[in-house]
Amino acid sequence: MFDATALNRRSYRAQGIAKAVFCLMTVALVVPVLLIIGTLIYKGGPAISWEFLFTPPRNGMTEGGVFPALVGTIWLVVVALLASVPVGVAAALYLSEYAPDNLLTRTINLAIINLAGVPSIVHALFGVGAFVHFFRFGTSILAASLTLAVMTLPVVIVATREALQAVPQAFREACWNMGATRWQTIRKVVLPNSISGILTGVILEVSRTSGETAPIMFTGATAFIVFLPESVFDQTMAMSYHLYYIATQQTGVPEEITFGVALVLIGIVLLMNAISIGFRVYLRGLKKW
Amino acid sequence: MAATAAAMDRRDLAWYTDRAARVLVFIGGISAVVFILGIFVFVTKEGLDFVFGALNLREFFTSIEWRPTSNNPTYGALALIVGTASVTGFAMLCSVPLSLGAALFIAEFATGKTRETLKILVEMLAAIPSVVWGFVGMSIMHPLIIRIFDVPLGLGVLNAGLILGLMAAPIMTTIAEDALKAVPDTYREAAEALGATRWEVILKVVIPASKNGLLAAVLLGVGRGFGETMAVLMASGHAINLPTSVFDSVRALTATIASELGDTVYGSDHYGALFTLGILLFLVTFVINLTADVVVRGIRKK
Repeated sequence: MFDATALNRRSYRAQGIAKAVFCLMTVALVVPVLLIIGTLIYKGGPAISWEFLFTPPRNGMTEGGVFPALVGTIWLVVVALLASVPVGVAAALYLSEYAPDNLLTRTINLAIINLAGVPSIVHALFGVGAFVHFFRFGTSILAASLTLAVMTLPVVIVATREALQAVPQAFREACWNMGATRWQTIRKVVLPNSISGILTGVILEVSRTSGETAPIMFTGATAFIVFLPESVFDQTMAMSYHLYYIATQQTGVPEEITFGVALVLIGIVLLMNAISIGFRVYLRGLKKW
Repeated sequence: MAATAAAMDRRDLAWYTDRAARVLVFIGGISAVVFILGIFVFVTKEGLDFVFGALNLREFFTSIEWRPTSNNPTYGALALIVGTASVTGFAMLCSVPLSLGAALFIAEFATGKTRETLKILVEMLAAIPSVVWGFVGMSIMHPLIIRIFDVPLGLGVLNAGLILGLMAAPIMTTIAEDALKAVPDTYREAAEALGATRWEVILKVVIPASKNGLLAAVLLGVGRGFGETMAVLMASGHAINLPTSVFDSVRALTATIASELGDTVYGSDHYGALFTLGILLFLVTFVINLTADVVVRGIRKK
């Protein structure tokens, strides 16, 4: 009674073919990632050692390690976070807790999308025009970090807004009914219940920020400097710019070292990303409501 | 009566804190608008002297002579525009079908662990920094292309396009998947109840219902490819050239700014010309993002 007709069989065959084709397409997208990471580990792995991580480059960058670049990247990321996290969280709070559905809110949302979509080199031009020249920060960690902060602001805003909106409305209403003000509700109920989600977004921002090159090239990163930065007004080396420099501008750098630098950079970025993803999966398991 | 009104007045510390918080949060809220305007103002400001000075619009859009450092400088951006267009176009040719296919597979066919794993891999693809992509183009793809196609140079449209395709794929896949997920399950169930197979459901119901979202995904992918800087700079060969084959080297708008800005004098024509390229990039990405937003808003209205 339920035997497939010829028409049925053809439909099912079409479905099977479609599924196989789409599966292949997906594989074609994800296999390159694994191949790239594999190649970087294979070719750069031998260069990685404690010495590589904790000594400066020597001999025109043909020997030695990446220590100043590593320290510089940490400086850039920390200063960028200090600037963008408070602003980003405030923006998300406004959009999630206060904003009425009006023209201003739509404009803000559009601005966030555009901020994320503007090319990184245009962010760099903005950094040069605004922070380096107009505010007279010069080429410094401060100028570079602020450029990065503006660029990665959408990451914080979007992640935080999602975390805030995941808190059930009933929690807020219960709090209001006790006579709490809006801000008391946010501080005692909304933020404590979304803090881990916000943290996930911040870690994701660390991942993004540490890999960016174009925005820091002309605002604060320098190819080679012997001293570690001592204040936000110093220039600094950075992992991403260091990779660009030894891969394109410097000749005679052994392949092992360039691949090693690329591996360290992608290691930092993917580690942060993995922590963020892991955190998110863990949180989903914990969810009380 | 007056006494009662005073007693009702709840303007205590908590009330003032609440007011202050409201103001601060509002300032944070409009920060994105302030910054996007700031970007436009500052990039335009630095480019303005050049736009009203040395810029010759006809030369800018029709000449391929980009010689900002010669004694008689010319600023023809045609080759740069064609370079960006060819690399982005080639990237989209490879990447759009793959990304949409992957989104369909992840959203409609894959389940459970497979689905989660694929999503995480796509997210990792998005996380790889552009300078690493550029490095991959130079150090892995470059020799590979030379060996496979037996050409003298492996840096060009093919290399940069493939790299860019992989870079733009995650954003297209993610947004397309969201669009597919936004189609209500009742649509699918209704079609399945009529005896449609999963493939027929996708083809006849899911895709038509989500086509605006899919279009927005493609648009955002184009925007991503168009604005990519480091990877294109490193993998495209960076030669001023109107390409005739996929193996030719080209130079992109973004890459030109990145490679030349460091050598310019603040306030010079060359400096202004690079900011003018920046204005062009800003405007084009702005229009792309705006269009994508309008297209997506179209489905929400329904």
